[in-house]
Amino acid sequence: MKDIFRVRRMWRQPGELKRRYDVVIVGGGSHGLATAYYLAKRHGITDVCILEKSYIGSGASGRNTTIIRANYRTPEGAAFYRESVALYERLSAELDFNLMFSQHGHLTLAHSDRGMVVSQERAEVNKLLGIKSEVIGPARIRELCPQLDLSDRPAYPIMGALYHPPGGIIRHDAVVWGFARAADRLGVEIHPYTEVTGLERDGDRITAVETTRGRVEAGQVVSATAGWSSLVAGLAGMRLPITTHILQAFVTEPVKPFLDVVIVSGQLHVYVSQTDRGEFLIGAEIEPYTTYKGTGTLSFLEYSARHVLELFPQLERVKVLRTWTGLCDLSPDYSPILGKTEIDNFHLSAGWGTYGFKAAPIVGVTLAELVATGKTPELIAPFALERFHTDTLVSELAAAAVSH
Amino acid sequence: MSFLLPCPHCGPRPVDEYACFGEVTTRPAGESPSLRDLTEYVYFRDNVAGVQREWWQHRDGCGEWFLAERDTRTNEVLSISEPEPAPPV
Ligand SMILES: Cc1cc2nc3c(=O)[nH]c(=O)nc-3n(C[C@H](O)[C@H](O)[C@H](O)COP(=O)(O)OP(=O)(O)OC[C@H]3O[C@@H](n4cnc5c(N)ncnc54)[C@H](O)[C@@H]3O)c2cc1C
Ligand SMILES: [Zn+2]
Repeated sequence: MKDIFRVRRMWRQPGELKRRYDVVIVGGGSHGLATAYYLAKRHGITDVCILEKSYIGSGASGRNTTIIRANYRTPEGAAFYRESVALYERLSAELDFNLMFSQHGHLTLAHSDRGMVVSQERAEVNKLLGIKSEVIGPARIRELCPQLDLSDRPAYPIMGALYHPPGGIIRHDAVVWGFARAADRLGVEIHPYTEVTGLERDGDRITAVETTRGRVEAGQVVSATAGWSSLVAGLAGMRLPITTHILQAFVTEPVKPFLDVVIVSGQLHVYVSQTDRGEFLIGAEIEPYTTYKGTGTLSFLEYSARHVLELFPQLERVKVLRTWTGLCDLSPDYSPILGKTEIDNFHLSAGWGTYGFKAAPIVGVTLAELVATGKTPELIAPFALERFHTDTLVSELAAAAVSH
Repeated sequence: MSFLLPCPHCGPRPVDEYACFGEVTTRPAGESPSLRDLTEYVYFRDNVAGVQREWWQHRDGCGEWFLAERDTRTNEVLSISEPEPAPPV
């Protein structure tokens, strides 16, 4: 009985780095950890290490607003995120860890004719792919979310919404810890506070990785470093079509639960959910200039609070508890950059901008398959880095510009 | 706080008044660049963590376009300058 108060380690204390690993994964966020887990689980590849410059989950994986959804605009994107949501639905059971995934529905509000047209386009693409998604009017919105101000008081009254029932929120730390624990149990080594400072390149291959704790040889290298992707690829002498920006979010003090759906407004550039603790969790837009400095801004807090009050005037007296920022790796077409590069044994998960958390499981599955078989899975073929050289982009602007 | 950026006309103003147009890039040389040179120019970026030369416009102010050198690790603006006139076509 007293055992229940004992803190048990969820994964082993890291030992010394070995001289060589079959697979070296740079970045201990959700994507790096998921890739390691599926490498071990599905392909029996366990000579794997994860090198993380800080603690695991210290990047965007521990800072996002945890919205999971599949209602993207392009068939390539929607099919990809659909598979990820399906994996997330089974993940608590698979990892034997409660990820607190609540699929209470996701509403993207439209406040203009243009907004209604875009919603309709997305709904049609989604339906063709078997994704639950439909355009609804104010009466149905009122049923789903009676707390929303549907009057014509706001500057941009609500005309309708794209309703996506399987959308929802999850506990992001639990996803990171769950993957870490499961990967560790299968033999993967997790090395926090180990920064990659160099990549030794011999022609078309990376032969070894320099770290702040010494040099390791690598059979294959995966970079899952999100906001830092350009810097890590730069160590191998590669440029990427990525710019790094901060995205901010804030939570209010906890209040009685009264909102169970996720509310997004493209017009007001804001999205809102209520966490299991009762806090209102609010996010908005990236800062338009590139930066690696994670300091938040007052102007973000002012405009996002103002915009949330257009939707939920009853939050007027609720206090802001804390705000934070995370780095985001923006690609030109709002789609990820996933898979092979010009270097034979160097693979990428990057270009996640403000929307990559929902993709962690499917990134893990597909990158693990690529590493294990050397072949690019169908599902991620459209997201190859090479698309920027052939000018065949996959524009998700319509579904990903509001950052979540 | 975000940061202040000096406009050549208006002096230091909050960064929210400006539009940022990203790092200074070099056009591919020659009459007819290859598709690869063009796509490299259009899409790929250095995205440095360090001093970056970049384009700004004082959008909500006087409208001036200018260049700044800014450290992307600290957002410290080291210098600003006016762009060279475009070469004759
Ligand atoms: C405020 C905010 C809200 C967001 N909201 C959502 C949302 O609602 N839904 C959604 O799907 N997505 C959202 N995102 C985006 C999402 O969080 C990211 O796309 C996703 O977490 C990326 O995961 P990752 O594992 O690739 O990267 P990260 O979690 O950033 O992990 C990268 C890791 O690499 C490490 N690293 C970097 N350089 C090195 C090096 N040289 N050596 C060793 N390690 C290194 C970093 O320390 C970091 O831990 C949001 C992001 C932010 C910031
Ligand atoms: Zn000015």
